[in-house]
Amino acid sequence: MRNRLGYAGFIVLVAGLVAAAAATAQTAVQEIEKYRQALQDGNPAELWEARGEGLWKKPAGPKNMSLEKCDLGLGPGVVKGVYAQLPRHFADVDRVMDLETRLVHCRVTLQGLTLAQATARPFGSPDNKSDNDALVAWVTSESKGAKMNVPLAHAKEKEAYALGEKIFYFRGGPYDFSCATCHASDNTRIRLQDLPNLTKQAGAQLAYTTWPAYRVSQGELRTFQWRLNDCFRQQRFPELGFASDASIALTAFLARNANGAEFKAPAIKR
Amino acid sequence: MHRILFAAACAAALAGCAGTGPSGSASDAAVRAKAVEMLKTSFKERGIAKLDRLDQDETQLLCSQYTTVAPPKDVVEKIEKANMALVKPPSDGKYLGDWKRGEQIAQRGTGFQYSDTKDTPVGANCYACHQLSKAEISYGTIGPSLNNFAKVRGYGPDIQKYAWGKVYNAHAYSACSFMPRFGSQGILSEQQIKDIVALLMDPESPVNK
Repeated sequence: MRNRLGYAGFIVLVAGLVAAAAATAQTAVQEIEKYRQALQDGNPAELWEARGEGLWKKPAGPKNMSLEKCDLGLGPGVVKGVYAQLPRHFADVDRVMDLETRLVHCRVTLQGLTLAQATARPFGSPDNKSDNDALVAWVTSESKGAKMNVPLAHAKEKEAYALGEKIFYFRGGPYDFSCATCHASDNTRIRLQDLPNLTKQAGAQLAYTTWPAYRVSQGELRTFQWRLNDCFRQQRFPELGFASDASIALTAFLARNANGAEFKAPAIKR
Repeated sequence: MHRILFAAACAAALAGCAGTGPSGSASDAAVRAKAVEMLKTSFKERGIAKLDRLDQDETQLLCSQYTTVAPPKDVVEKIEKANMALVKPPSDGKYLGDWKRGEQIAQRGTGFQYSDTKDTPVGANCYACHQLSKAEISYGTIGPSLNNFAKVRGYGPDIQKYAWGKVYNAHAYSACSFMPRFGSQGILSEQQIKDIVALLMDPESPVNK
């Protein structure tokens, strides 16, 4: 009898400890959520947006031309809402392009930069700002509130989507990781960071519509190309080339999965 | 004729796509082959991360095919058998190292990234995906909780051996596991794996407290 009571007491004690630990974890999660919400007031991404608008309108490059004739998919010079419909097939190059690849194309064709010049600094650092970051911030900000509507009509759009899906599930490297290792299950997290399930509409919508984002921990605006690049770094892969075919295909897969959602970026994240 | 084309595509692109996989058609194999080509032209080596990291072994190749549906029984058996053969027991027969060092290794997330060097300390980053010690509340949930690992399963040599094997090569027990093959892929040293096994198995480890 004594033993049984002792055992029951032990169970109660253990249950109490587990509950206390769970409560601590819960509090931590709530505090992090509060922090994330507090970040939403005043987003430094606006500084990138303003600089990007300036770069868009200012004559530059060997041809001393602005980017105002750049066709981002809805006609030359149209910026409003374009990002919600990218990546897409562009007839003039007969290729599928995401925003960042298309901006490189315009800087080369309209402004006369070499490809090397236009891709020299895709991602900025505090001492070394990137024109790509600023242009992306400006163009994407003009899609805020637009509904994601990535086309899948052209054969090359369908092909890019199918290839992107295969790349998403490709396991490799010393750790055997793929995108799917972290992003194909519901309700999982790394440490305390929730992971979106990018194979489902809700998860893809939540994730894709909040990039680009100002990353508080880095003091930089980070584009979707950066997001993919840094995921593959942590996957222990070699470096994903900026505006590479694989980056465009994977972006096509993820962006299309987000169709129907309201675009909300540039956002702000931890 | 179709059957011949299908068989040829299967033989050329991948082993064992006898129509049993969720995506085992010839056209699907062609898309996969094209995606692999695309990866090879899209990535570039950087630092310690060379392009050969994109060369898949058979386990990676098979596990990339079974994504939304679990692999069939024969494929599971094939993967588990091949990976079990890669599990090397500790050279001195002792499975348990120092749980305190194991805890440090379980906390550390660096190693093998292109932003690391060959001298960067390599961790196992167990807490990224698993709960272990109750004191650490920042843990992930991709893998199951390992809290009370040995308290629940027992402290005996058979469980020690199992813990060793699971850390060494998770695919030997669970084909297409998300967990890295820390021993077989040369991620952790023998001593580091012993230290991790001690974190799981030592009665004094906070995991079992």
